[in-house]
Amino acid sequence: MELILSAGIGALTASGVYLLLRPRTYQVIIGLSLLSYAVNLFIFGMGRLRVNAPPVLEPAGAGDLASYTDPVPQALVLTAIVIGFAMTALFLVVLLASRGFTGTDHVDGREQRHD
Amino acid sequence: MTDWLQHLLILPILLPLAVGAALIPVDERNRMLKGLFGFGSTLIVFVIAMILMRIAANAGNPPGTGIYQLGNWPAPFGIVLVLDRLSALMLCLTAGLALAAQVYSMARWHTAGHHFHSLFQLLIAGLNGAFLTGDLFNLFVFFEMMLAASYGLLLHGSGPVRVKAGLHYIAINLAASSLFLIGVSLIYGVTGTLNMADLATKLATLAPDNRQLVETGAAILGIAFLVKAGMWPLSFWLPPAYAAATPPVAAVFAILTKVGVYVIVRLHFLIFGAAAGASAGFGQDWLVAGGMLTIAFGAIGVLASQAMGRLAGYSVLVSSGTLLAAIGLGHAGMLAGALFYLVSSTLTISAFFLLIELVDRGRDAGADVLAVTMEAYGDFDEDEEEEEVGVAIPGTMAVLGLCFCLCAVLLSGLPPLSGFVAKFAILRGLFDMPGADLSAAMSAADWTYVVLLILSGLAAMIAMNRIGIRTFWASIEGTVPRVFVIEITPVLVLLAACIFLSLQAGPAMRYMQATADDLLNPLFQSERILSAPRAGGQ
Repeated sequence: MELILSAGIGALTASGVYLLLRPRTYQVIIGLSLLSYAVNLFIFGMGRLRVNAPPVLEPAGAGDLASYTDPVPQALVLTAIVIGFAMTALFLVVLLASRGFTGTDHVDGREQRHD
Repeated sequence: MTDWLQHLLILPILLPLAVGAALIPVDERNRMLKGLFGFGSTLIVFVIAMILMRIAANAGNPPGTGIYQLGNWPAPFGIVLVLDRLSALMLCLTAGLALAAQVYSMARWHTAGHHFHSLFQLLIAGLNGAFLTGDLFNLFVFFEMMLAASYGLLLHGSGPVRVKAGLHYIAINLAASSLFLIGVSLIYGVTGTLNMADLATKLATLAPDNRQLVETGAAILGIAFLVKAGMWPLSFWLPPAYAAATPPVAAVFAILTKVGVYVIVRLHFLIFGAAAGASAGFGQDWLVAGGMLTIAFGAIGVLASQAMGRLAGYSVLVSSGTLLAAIGLGHAGMLAGALFYLVSSTLTISAFFLLIELVDRGRDAGADVLAVTMEAYGDFDEDEEEEEVGVAIPGTMAVLGLCFCLCAVLLSGLPPLSGFVAKFAILRGLFDMPGADLSAAMSAADWTYVVLLILSGLAAMIAMNRIGIRTFWASIEGTVPRVFVIEITPVLVLLAACIFLSLQAGPAMRYMQATADDLLNPLFQSERILSAPRAGGQ
């Protein structure tokens, strides 16, 4: 499972960074989204991967701590997702405004000349 | 300390947040009302910040003073807000700049878009939270709050130039936020704590292979803050963005770069201070090299700038570089001078950003920007605003010229004003090595820093002279700009604060020295935070 997760994070990050460096605003926003997915998975992974271990206490009582997983990274991921989502929405609005002002989706607001 | 005084610590965050939210549904036509409420809120925050500064400077506080445990959870488990001299100083500085920018905006700029005052309050809440929090992830949340408000403020006034600069600004800050999260989670994954004070005590006892992971995490975290602070080569976004922002926004943005510097100061001395064992002084060489390259890049940019907005943007970089390199060089005596420089340069650059638009108003470049604004927003009404803001000041060019001269003297660090005092204090701290042979004790990096610091002052002087001559002496028949009292007062107040700082340099430096001593003794601080008693019992 560790291998799959790390490969997934790696692939998402690589695609995200590549797209982030592309000249079209739409590519940049997809790149940022992929990057934030990778980061969220990474935060989740920092709480160690455990199967069949709940992050909240069961109603029966505290029990053995070893049967629970670390809840803090899960809370952090939740916060990061919400903030990332809001920022992506905001970026989308700016992207549309830029398209409206300049008539192009190039990040510099004008097409590159090839001369 | 009584109970209500204890709760004073969270008000600088809660009050602007509540006022900012409350102002959103108010109709945009009541702009002056919104502005007055915003101004009132910031004024209260300023007064609170002054009280907190007095408390922080007081030596004989009972244990637990200045530690605010949210939800009454003790330190490593709950989130704490921590008041010390440094955070109190930054709170005061933020509130002071915000007051000036808000008054200035009420003359005309707040009419250029919607929800200006709400965004402004949210920015202040985010800034204050970032200065007060003692928890790494909470810092991220406040950072994002501050950034979200700053995106809105940068786009205030709209127009193609601002949207383009805003697009770049948002993209780079989102990427930096990703790095922030990676760094924080890496540190949490190894040490199991997010509390800064707890982190400092845990780091000394780490196994060597874990230490490497924490250092990696801290380095990634550092890059996120260095992007914010504008260290070369992470700073190319900064001058265009700051030049494109409306003047009151640019004035308050002057402190945003200082947030990056503040966090680096805090974490550097807390986590990688003398007590950190093998990790002590981690990353110092990078700070020195990056800081010096930033000074050089900023100084060249200052010399190359044609427009005053860009000149001010590059001055921000010079100021950041000076601070980062001073932190990196790590001489204990320099830190107090660097903190003094932080306050002085932020006030100066903020005043300069406000002044630029007033001076440019008589020139064509300024008229272009205004025309763009009016095009984008039809409700930008000349008649309405003139009856609102009252009288224009007499002798406009003389007053503007005097303010410009003061800015030039402050930026280039000439005596007798605080810019000189700050640079002198930094250099004195650098040369102050009792009992050692100076030529042997000073490293090559130290000498390079001295040269760069002085040359950057020279560059600022030359650039300001050139622009000043072109603006104030050359154009006799040019139109004299109409400047209102409400616009020039904030500039005068900020410059007066610099003059006050020069006159009261003794007490100010004593405060800075005490702040520096606190920073250099991080374990005592950690002890104070971790052993703070809970409210209402043990």
